[in-house]
Amino acid sequence: MNRKKLQKLTDSLNKNCKHFSKFEVKCLINLFYNLVGEVMERQGVVIGLDRNAFRNILHMTFGMTDDMIMDRVFRGFDKDNDGCISVTEWVYGLSVFLRGTLEEKMKYCFEVFDLNGDSFISKEEMFHMLKNSLLKQPSEEDPDEGIKDLVEITLKKMDHDHDGKLSFADYEQAVREETLLLEAFGPCLPDPKSQKEFEAQVFKDPNEFSEV
Amino acid sequence: MGVALTRSAQWTAAGHGAKTLEVTPLNEAIVKEIMMFVESFIYKYPQEANYVFVEPLEWKTNLDPSAFGSGYAVSETTVKSEEVDKNGEPLLYLSVPQIKIRSFGQLSRMLYIAKSMKLKEAQACIEANRNPVAKILGLDYNIINGKNGNSFVSSVLDKMNKDDDPESEIKMKIALQLKQLDLHLLNHSLKHISLEIRLNSGTVKNDIELLKQFSGKGEQTVLESIEYTSDYEFSNGCRAPPWRQIQGEICYVLVKPHDAEILCVTCSKEGVFLNGGKTDDEGQINYERKGEIYKDLVTLLKEKSAIFSENMSKQEVKFSEQLQKDQPNKAPKEEVAVTHKTSITSRKSAQENRINLGRSQLTKRLEPSLNWRTSVSSKESRNTLRDTQVEKHGGKLEKSRSSLSSGRAQLIRKSVEKIEEIISDSSSESEEDEEQPDHRQEANADLPSEYWQIQKLVKYLKGGNQTATVIALCSMKDFNLAQETCQLAIRDVGGLEVLINLLETDEVKCKIGSLKILKEISHNPQIRRNIVDLGGLPVMVNILDSPHKSLKCLAAETIANVAKFKRARRVVRRHGGITKLVALLDCGKHSAEPAQSSLYETRDVEVARCGALALWSCSKSYANKESIRKAGGIPLLARLLKTSHEDMLIPVVGTLQECASEENYRAAIKAERIIENLVKNLNSENEQLQEHCAMAIYQCAEDEDTRDLVRLHGGLKPLASLLTNTDNKERLAAVTGAVWKCSISKENVTKFREYKAIETLVGLLTDQPEEVLVNVVGALGECCQEHENRIIIRKCGGIQPLVNLLVGINQALLVNVTKAVGACAVEPESMMIIDRLDGVRLLWSLLKNPHPDVKASAAWALCPCIQNAKDAGEMVRSFVGGLELVVNLLKSENKEVLASVCAVITNIAKDQENLAVITDHGVVPLLSKLANTNNDKLRRHLAETISRCCMWGRNRVAFGEHKAVAPLVRYLKSNDTNVHRATAQALYQLSEDADNCITMHENGAVKLLLDMVGSPDEELQEAAAGCISNIRRLALAIEKARYS
Repeated sequence: MNRKKLQKLTDSLNKNCKHFSKFEVKCLINLFYNLVGEVMERQGVVIGLDRNAFRNILHMTFGMTDDMIMDRVFRGFDKDNDGCISVTEWVYGLSVFLRGTLEEKMKYCFEVFDLNGDSFISKEEMFHMLKNSLLKQPSEEDPDEGIKDLVEITLKKMDHDHDGKLSFADYEQAVREETLLLEAFGPCLPDPKSQKEFEAQVFKDPNEFSEV
Repeated sequence: MGVALTRSAQWTAAGHGAKTLEVTPLNEAIVKEIMMFVESFIYKYPQEANYVFVEPLEWKTNLDPSAFGSGYAVSETTVKSEEVDKNGEPLLYLSVPQIKIRSFGQLSRMLYIAKSMKLKEAQACIEANRNPVAKILGLDYNIINGKNGNSFVSSVLDKMNKDDDPESEIKMKIALQLKQLDLHLLNHSLKHISLEIRLNSGTVKNDIELLKQFSGKGEQTVLESIEYTSDYEFSNGCRAPPWRQIQGEICYVLVKPHDAEILCVTCSKEGVFLNGGKTDDEGQINYERKGEIYKDLVTLLKEKSAIFSENMSKQEVKFSEQLQKDQPNKAPKEEVAVTHKTSITSRKSAQENRINLGRSQLTKRLEPSLNWRTSVSSKESRNTLRDTQVEKHGGKLEKSRSSLSSGRAQLIRKSVEKIEEIISDSSSESEEDEEQPDHRQEANADLPSEYWQIQKLVKYLKGGNQTATVIALCSMKDFNLAQETCQLAIRDVGGLEVLINLLETDEVKCKIGSLKILKEISHNPQIRRNIVDLGGLPVMVNILDSPHKSLKCLAAETIANVAKFKRARRVVRRHGGITKLVALLDCGKHSAEPAQSSLYETRDVEVARCGALALWSCSKSYANKESIRKAGGIPLLARLLKTSHEDMLIPVVGTLQECASEENYRAAIKAERIIENLVKNLNSENEQLQEHCAMAIYQCAEDEDTRDLVRLHGGLKPLASLLTNTDNKERLAAVTGAVWKCSISKENVTKFREYKAIETLVGLLTDQPEEVLVNVVGALGECCQEHENRIIIRKCGGIQPLVNLLVGINQALLVNVTKAVGACAVEPESMMIIDRLDGVRLLWSLLKNPHPDVKASAAWALCPCIQNAKDAGEMVRSFVGGLELVVNLLKSENKEVLASVCAVITNIAKDQENLAVITDHGVVPLLSKLANTNNDKLRRHLAETISRCCMWGRNRVAFGEHKAVAPLVRYLKSNDTNVHRATAQALYQLSEDADNCITMHENGAVKLLLDMVGSPDEELQEAAAGCISNIRRLALAIEKARYS
């Protein structure tokens, strides 16, 4: 990619993305092309990170482990649903991921948790996301009982309109009351420590990074 | 069995057909017990098992004839036992569905055959045979219908005497067995009954009376007040209007806890709950229920008021003492009632049992049922002893019926209050320091539903990943964590350990959630101790280093709550917590605060506020004050003081106020120009802030410069105006304290006079708590040093209340009162009033007070009284034993007492007659003994007294004989002119005796006196010269004698 094009891209992204400075946008674009690497060679093909590459980044850099959540995070980034993350999606996604306001993060997290995309988090979805969250006790008759109970507890706490599922309004109200509930069903944002490391590494010296 | 069945078992309401047993745990337990008794009967008492019942027990059975095996003649619809009685009748006869059984042996076998159905069979049997004892033993043995239950034993004995055939002996044995079972059942059912209690008017009244005794002003009481809404009590003990009594309501109570608004509470049979309150206009009560129903008043108040539950736990011991005293009279009374009653309605008496237990509800954890068990088991041993027992109980009853017990409780309370006062006077550290006994919830007490829910959440905390943990934490936070039941539930299910463990993980969210809960529950004193015991504090101290500000805040706030007692404060210090907390105060350094980029960020100011809160708690220990200073806390606090947020200012000023008890803090406070800001905040709207500012000024104003600073920054006016607001006693105490210390400076007193503060202070002499009075009187004592103010006080009628306060017991107050009265006595007109009010006698009797400070202060006050009283000599003589008392005080060890007593004696000795009396009491040797002292104050007054006492008889010679002269000469080498003057006068008086002159000369008095002659003080000059002249004259006379 030539310089001019890169410059243009940086400018346009920077205009629409208020959380990053121009320098930071540039760093992120650089990082993106570094990560995509070989794919860049071929012309005419949409270039971007595919699901596996992205999940790899989430796992290695941000310490995420839950496959399902990582999948959902990928979907959250992949706005146009084409199965790979373009440079624009990359920068926009990271903008919320790293620097998003509470509102943006809530919207993002809700989308991650809403597995089937019907704008509600149903009991089944909750169960699905929480099913590995408790230590299985062999003594119990029904190993899922604890999870079911946990789902009920969560509903009691967050389902303000008592319709048995979480709308975005329910979720938003609950999070505003208690911010800890932002990632109620699994970590889908970077933890502060790895975020710090990531930013320190990426935004430090672009030249050094490109040599890697 | 009979009594238990009729009284304890719960029968369904009387219907048309046969009554049936209600399905309740209690009934089930009773039936089971009976079943077990019958089943084991055949093994335990094989002989009695063959006894044939007078009448068969008959009921409808569900047993199939086919179930019966060997030993029975079975046909399709009937079963006959092969065992027969004397007349050949079978002992068991079943003709579907009726079954008749006539011996215990057959009963046992039947139950054995019934297997899983036996419970049903037993119940059916009991239901169908309402009076089994009568059927088994015959009506003669039917004790339930007997007019006199007591005579059971005697009736049995009678029977035995009448016909002593073997059968009646067996009958007798069975009767005794049944009796035992009966008692066992009663005992057993009591345990059940004690778990479910309903209220009645007696219970409620009792509770309220007790609470009344423990309420009032002051911190140690549980409530400020508790009152019925209506004074009229109906004959049934209710106070609710009749149309509400129908609803089961008993009375309405207005309760004012220390920390909440007035609560209007309805006590009803169902329990106790908050109602809609009293409407303002007509005093009508809005009867509608506004809150949960609690099982009694104490439980309700524990939920509503934190201070109540805290003080309650302190009082509980005392409470129990009293109740324990009350119990024995009630229990036997009840017992007598139970046994003498002819049991007309079984239900009623069962209720009565409950009532009695209800009474003991107040001390639900303090084994109320114990008394009951003993009273019941005393029935067991019912025999000839019984009568004496009743007598004994009766005797006790009468004795303790009187108000003895309540009086005793009050006494205890008073003395406790006194002790605590003394402690809190000595140091602010004692606050909450006493370790309270740890009462865990009793296992068999019925646990609230919250307990189980919390237990479940703790399980998820233990076994969940961070997502589940966060959900469980958030859910736990939704419980009412201010409620003691929840706090203790978390602890009792092992939640504290988990919460503290979470703090050691790397998960920021879990830490935040955990701290949010710990912060709330650590308001409970017991939980605080548990947290410290589990090592929670070092972990929290470490979190103070976290990069996340909201974590720091929460940790600091939790530390603030936990560090309310000494051991916790020490742990914080030992782990370097103070330094870290002081570091939190350093906000605003990085002026460019980043926008809240992360969830874990909060404002620097908030961090500083939390740090100050924690330091405030910690600063109650001396060593911590020192650490705060060393960590450079004072400049930081000074900087925070310049902000204008009340949230911030209160902990900052609070910390400063605590620390200002230390000398070097006061210097630092002066240096950091903190006074200016303290004065500024006196004008704040917030009462708590005003209180702490006034308190800080009170502490700091020991120092003269500080007093001037307060004046220069215009602090006296707000102080004076705050005096007029007397509602908030804590603040009033702080403000009057500040006024007192400030009025030590003359200029300040002048200002106060301008602001009419003196008049206000006089107004505060009545109806105030002692903490306020001490300060008010102290302030007046300082003001009285000026003539003008003394007149103001007299004109405002301040002397009478001051003299009235002389009868108090508070040491600090007495010291100040005596000082003030003494200062007033300087004015002859005031002295007349004091004399009329018998104030001198009161002062004089304070010389007997055990505290040396009070003694000394009283003695100083007596001096102007004696000076200014008309006919002082006569007055002094009128106090029987008064002079002897004063002279004997010269044996005291305390220098201040000695000096003051010397001053009093000086004044007494102005009257010749009195001087003669004290001489007889041996004042001379006592004074001579004191002569070897280095204390200038004592020297001065001693010398004055000696010179006075020389005026009588051969006292001059006596002083010489007791070797008082040589030490006096040495006084002349002192640096104090007052000492010089007094000494020179004494030596002048002594030098009238020749031997004394020789002693003086030998000790080199002449040279010293010659110097004194050159003094500008005329009195001193004259006395010194007179003394020299006496010595010289003696020398001349000797010379003359030698040459002539």
